[in-house]
Amino acid sequence: MSIEKRPWVDAIAHTTLIIGVMVIAFPIYMAWVASTHTAQAMAQWPIPLLPGDQMFENYAAALSGSENSGTRGMSVYRMLLVSLISALTIAFGKIIISLISAFALVYFRFPFRGLVFWCIFITLMLPVEVRIVPTFKVIADLGMLNSYAGLTVPLIASATATFLFRQFFKSVPNELAEAAKVDGAGPMRFFFDILIPLSATSIAALFVIQFIYGWNQYLWPLLISTKEDMYPIVVGIRRMIPAGDAQTEWNVIMATAILAMAPPLMVVLLMQKWFVKGLVETEK
Amino acid sequence: MSQKTEIFFKSRWLPWALVAPQGIIVLVFFFWPAGQAFVNSFQESDAFGMSVEWVGIKNFTALFANPAYWYSFKVTGIFSVLVAVIGIGLALILAVFADRVVRATLIYRSLIIWPYAVAPAVAGILWLFLFSPSVGVVARSLEAIGVQWNSLLNSDHAMALIVIASVWKQISYNFLFFLAGLQSIPKSLIEASMLDGAGPWRRFWSIQLPLLSPVFFFLLVINIVYAFFDTFGIIDATTQGGPGKETEILVYKVYFDGFKALDLGSSAAQSVILMTIVILLTALQFKFIDKKVNY
Repeated sequence: MSIEKRPWVDAIAHTTLIIGVMVIAFPIYMAWVASTHTAQAMAQWPIPLLPGDQMFENYAAALSGSENSGTRGMSVYRMLLVSLISALTIAFGKIIISLISAFALVYFRFPFRGLVFWCIFITLMLPVEVRIVPTFKVIADLGMLNSYAGLTVPLIASATATFLFRQFFKSVPNELAEAAKVDGAGPMRFFFDILIPLSATSIAALFVIQFIYGWNQYLWPLLISTKEDMYPIVVGIRRMIPAGDAQTEWNVIMATAILAMAPPLMVVLLMQKWFVKGLVETEK
Repeated sequence: MSQKTEIFFKSRWLPWALVAPQGIIVLVFFFWPAGQAFVNSFQESDAFGMSVEWVGIKNFTALFANPAYWYSFKVTGIFSVLVAVIGIGLALILAVFADRVVRATLIYRSLIIWPYAVAPAVAGILWLFLFSPSVGVVARSLEAIGVQWNSLLNSDHAMALIVIASVWKQISYNFLFFLAGLQSIPKSLIEASMLDGAGPWRRFWSIQLPLLSPVFFFLLVINIVYAFFDTFGIIDATTQGGPGKETEILVYKVYFDGFKALDLGSSAAQSVILMTIVILLTALQFKFIDKKVNY
């Protein structure tokens, strides 16, 4: 590295970055602080700015969801389970159906191939948010309200993932497919034994992005889950904030917020290398 | 440059079986509802779906004659410009500095990507807490310097709240793209400019910024799409479009009119208009991506 020595500029750079990181971390830090105090301590100004000793009590109260715990009787444990099942189903579902459809689009010639490609492509342009009422009606007509199928299947179609795999498959040398044919391997054998192992990095990257996408869904489960026992945590936590002037139990709500953030955050931090690669490449 | 793969395998049914799962989901959950929205936008039905009649373009003319709809456009416009400009600006500053402090880049990156993992609705709740008039740290600090903060009553405060929460949530994404862009600038270019005696300030304006322009335009479109469609959770968790309709962006209005006010025809017409906007934005995005590939 041959960056020139300019200690002043470096000092400004570090100062700016440290301030930036502190501002970015502050909301999460305060959520953590709030989750370690009693409801009384968080209900009157000045509130404490350093962690307290009620952490265990607050998280236990949130997870169990007892009637007077501030979660309004909803069990955060149950919500975490719903979120986890949905996020994993969406992530793996998207990866699987995108892998096989990209395989078909790249390695086969079949009638209407171009049309199929464009039909998948156009889904990029129709996010759930712009067609919520009719999509909700379709789900209701199919009897999929309050089910994992309703929460996940409509979100599984993914133009982005299909494109990524399509691009990747096109960069795989033709010799590999030729060799497989010479050896008498059928298309599915080639797919499982050669393409899938080669795609491992792309799959890991997409897993991070799609897991977070699935975990953080809000509008869709808000419509599909009308019963409390099918609330993912992101919807459930919103329901814990009382309307109007009723006292908000910030300590338990923030404990829930920390629990809602922890799994996607762990995934991003632990798989950071693949995540960054996947994010920057998917959007190209 | 990816070479064109020749098509090798032959099967009459296998490719169809492989695209079937994706195809069925797309047909049932994308095309059918989108078609429904299109049909419904020319119909009027009562709240219980008992009677339906064709009304031509009445839903659209009613929308465009309604000042409330134009107001929602205005709110969305202000909101998305603020989110895009502030978010891109701050992320650019952080990325340029993070790129400079070579050995610490990855440490800063690991810390700045946190908000990406946070759900919009949860991000809204975190900021709602900080801006709570009674116990919010930021709201109370503002009070100490003479600003009576109340986002439930003051529309500027409500807008500021959703902009701050939305920028916070999106900053990681912008940062990662700028950082990747900066790191792909050839080192030889930077070194050559150093030999010419260009300082960091000069280098930023004459090399880094021009080479980042494709990333910049790409992020502009992505941030506007984000502000239009992905901020629903933030708004629902904080202002719910209030006070009055002061923070009701278009997507929130589709939801409110469709599910709370049960005005299905109008909601469908709004959906059709939104779909048109998304298609235009996506087309714009692809135009810039072409440029990006070619620079």
